[in-house]
Amino acid sequence: MHGRPRTAPKPEDAAASAAKAQKLRALQSQFLSYHHDRIYTKEALDTSAKLLEINPEYYTAWNYRKLAVEHNVKESESSPESVKSIFDEELKVVENALRQNFKSYGAWHHRKWVLSKGHSSLDHELRLLDRFQKADPRNFHAWNYRRFVAALLGRSVEDELQYTEDLIGNNFSNYSAWHNRSMLLSEILKKKEQESYSQDTISKEYEFVLNALYTDPDDQSGWFYHHWLLDQTSKAKAPLLVSSWPVPGSELVVSGNVSLGDHPLSSFSKVTVALERFPVVLYFNQTVEGVNSSTVAIQCTFVQNEDVTWKPFSPQNSWASKVWVGYLDLSGVDHHSSAPHTVEVKLGHHKGIMSSNGLQLSVPFDLSFRVSVKPLETQSSKDEKLVWEEDKFYACEMPIPCLCYDGISVGNKYEPTTSDWQIGTIAEEISQIRNLLAISDSKIGKITLARLLMAHDVMSSPYATKTVHAEEVLGLYSELMKLDPSHSQYYKDERSLVLLQQLLSSGGTLLKHCFYYGGITSSSTHGPICLRLNNQSISRMGAFDKLLWVQMLDLSDNELHSIEGLEAMQLLHCLNLGRNKLRSFTALDPLRCLKSLKVLNISHNEIGLHSIDTTRYLCSASPLSHNGEVIWHGDDFTPEDADVTNYWEASMVFKSLELTQLDIVGNAVANEKFQSFLLKILPKLQFLDGQNLHRI
Amino acid sequence: MGELAGDKHVKYILCVEKKKDSFESVVMEHLRLNGAYWGLTTLDLLGKLDTVDSNEVVSWILQCQHESGGFGGNIGHDPHLLYTLSAVQVLALFDKLDVLDLNKVTDYIRSLQNEDGSFSGDVWGEVDTRFSYCAICCLAILKRLDLINVEKAVRYIVSCKTLDGGFGCTPGAESHAGQIFCCVGALAITGSLHHVDKDLLGWWLCERQVKSGGLNGRPEKLADVCYSWWVLSSLIMIDRVHWIDKEKLIKFILDCQDTENGGISDRPDDAVDVFHTYFGVAGLSLLEYPGVKAIDPAYALPVDVVNRIFFGRC
Ligand SMILES: [Zn+2]
Repeated sequence: MHGRPRTAPKPEDAAASAAKAQKLRALQSQFLSYHHDRIYTKEALDTSAKLLEINPEYYTAWNYRKLAVEHNVKESESSPESVKSIFDEELKVVENALRQNFKSYGAWHHRKWVLSKGHSSLDHELRLLDRFQKADPRNFHAWNYRRFVAALLGRSVEDELQYTEDLIGNNFSNYSAWHNRSMLLSEILKKKEQESYSQDTISKEYEFVLNALYTDPDDQSGWFYHHWLLDQTSKAKAPLLVSSWPVPGSELVVSGNVSLGDHPLSSFSKVTVALERFPVVLYFNQTVEGVNSSTVAIQCTFVQNEDVTWKPFSPQNSWASKVWVGYLDLSGVDHHSSAPHTVEVKLGHHKGIMSSNGLQLSVPFDLSFRVSVKPLETQSSKDEKLVWEEDKFYACEMPIPCLCYDGISVGNKYEPTTSDWQIGTIAEEISQIRNLLAISDSKIGKITLARLLMAHDVMSSPYATKTVHAEEVLGLYSELMKLDPSHSQYYKDERSLVLLQQLLSSGGTLLKHCFYYGGITSSSTHGPICLRLNNQSISRMGAFDKLLWVQMLDLSDNELHSIEGLEAMQLLHCLNLGRNKLRSFTALDPLRCLKSLKVLNISHNEIGLHSIDTTRYLCSASPLSHNGEVIWHGDDFTPEDADVTNYWEASMVFKSLELTQLDIVGNAVANEKFQSFLLKILPKLQFLDGQNLHRI
Repeated sequence: MGELAGDKHVKYILCVEKKKDSFESVVMEHLRLNGAYWGLTTLDLLGKLDTVDSNEVVSWILQCQHESGGFGGNIGHDPHLLYTLSAVQVLALFDKLDVLDLNKVTDYIRSLQNEDGSFSGDVWGEVDTRFSYCAICCLAILKRLDLINVEKAVRYIVSCKTLDGGFGCTPGAESHAGQIFCCVGALAITGSLHHVDKDLLGWWLCERQVKSGGLNGRPEKLADVCYSWWVLSSLIMIDRVHWIDKEKLIKFILDCQDTENGGISDRPDDAVDVFHTYFGVAGLSLLEYPGVKAIDPAYALPVDVVNRIFFGRC
């Protein structure tokens, strides 16, 4: 089916083909009748051998031969000679078949089967493999078989490593050999506990691969291996808490479940959350598991530690996540007094919080903050419409308090997790790749340099607050977009992440994006603070560890098609995603975790425009990905007459939210039928597309 | 750029079905059930499934079923998961899943799960993550996923992860796009995509696009229309499909059409076959090419068929 030229059939070819076909058909029906009648005579076996020589993919014939072997071996149990000859015959048939098609799954498996019965000499198999692998060094069947034989032989990892080295020496563009090398090396690195040994090994590999990269800087094989080495080098050893909400030392004033108009979020320390759901968010530098009430101790007057349940924020049901949240119930706090309560969160004093490769949290971490509940006033009066218009926002002059883990004391107990060897190695590679790029315009070399530079920044500043190389990396991605336009969206996404990192890492740049919202008439003081990242050409959101404090976020006029990671922003109250490239409701899945979200603008996106939904399998509650959480039909929250069958995606997102304001105009999906569906599943909605619904 | 010669392709598929005497079709006889799935799905994507007599197909499919419950690639051939999946998929296309003796099929599939969570393709014990996909996809369509140990099945697939974020057929094996589709598909269907490093795999997959616009299956290999399916569907499941140039890929696929006699080949000017015709059309479907019905990237069935099964949406 591959590589045959398209030619108009000549009559004589057709005749020849028909004759050949007739012969093969006769062979096949002869074979099938032997098979069905369980006839295992020499003649019958010959028929199957002939058939397999022509068509090694004829899998039933391989099965038949296994049956025949079992049958005939039983018959000649007394004679080891004849048993040997039975198996030798099988090896021969396989060899013939492989000569015809050595990508035949059936043939390779048959050989494995014979071998697993203890026949053929393993040395013979290795010699055969050498021959096959020389003919096609990328044949993955042969590589798989080689791993199988090497394991049976008990060949040392070092010997096999040498074999990959030889093949790469012959032709460095052998991705299969590089792959096998990564597998073997992982085994070695896992076994050898000694750190210096691992470091030496990895350093040597860098030298080895660099040679290949110089030979042809545009060949991908070595670069992927290089990327893997970088991963081995820069893997932070142990998990580290890099951000949290609240931040240590903060003084917070909480007002419960009231409308925006009455209690403006007018400073960084005033928050509006449901009193039974005061979130504590822990953000680690890598995926961890084991965050629970025995590994995290909460001390305060109003909540028992055991009553706090920690939840991982991963898009799907999983025990591990980078972000964890625990909710404190404040409803027991005396609402008539505004006396502050101290909350202490201690984690890592007991083992249990660990990374996917079993490493424990690097240092214990204590964070304490004070929270006071704003006394309840008379029932809130009216809801006001929030208008995302330019003239409603005023520059924020308030100095920004420390919102993330940089300058603030995160406890002197912090030990750097990065070793000198790691930073040194990355620095060395940076200069090596720079040299290479001086003589070649390799696109994948530029990608590698960008990654090395970012890795260097992360290592020198674990809380990602210093972005020394950001400018250079941004430049590299801009160059790449021109150099390799086919993948420009990839570079744009990567660029967006770096840009956000840079924007949000320092108080100075951050302040430029903080605004007061002045659209609330009843507000006596300043309006709420809005982080405005609108119109920044951002195609991908990131740096969420820097955004945990945000309650009002404007991301409009960007190029976002995903909001993956946004679930960490537990305080989010108002979100503007207008004029982006969101393609479906399933892309809004992260919103389901944002219980404080009241105002949402998703107008002028592409929802309903596309026939292919690219987030269909990434949402946590889809009936298509059977993960048990789904109750989408006839549950208590969905009104019976709502058309859930046709709008399950929207229903999934919205039924877990209590939106008061929604803008959805300008999406293909937003017709009248859909609007009436929305009104059914959003009973608290006050404004739809700017229209007051006058519901109360 | 040329256009999709949909009618020609329909004619080609219907014609291949009748041309049983050519050498090519005799060689393919043992996997006729796969062929039926490729051909019929293509017809459905092109809106022409009704040109086929469904009763005839269904009764033939049932003749491919064995005592064990599994399906062979054709009448008289041994049962295997590869063909069992095709049988279930074709019945799903025709909305005829109710002809199946559910317990019989699902018992067969269940019996092939091994202690480590992996699946054998048949009683002869070849293990491959392709078979994990076949089993999981089949059982999901039949709504009997609870019959197997999904957790172990997922763990086995994850153990086949490679340096590039992709997956191989067994632990230690090299990844390639076809295998990645199987593993990512199985993880998607079991709600386990959090095990995939989406950025790493997405980058590797988008680097499969070569200068011609076509996609290859492994680094430094030739582009081939069938990878339009394997690579694209995987990229879609992990939401990274925007990282490739869709227009160039559409052009590559269209350039592989035989605009005279219908059918699509692996590369421009090669001989066409049903396999590549299906993957070309399915690729165009994933690229939202006008006039082609949408296909689901995980179940490899038209979206309306999948929605009918899981949402009762008509
Ligand atoms: Zn192909």
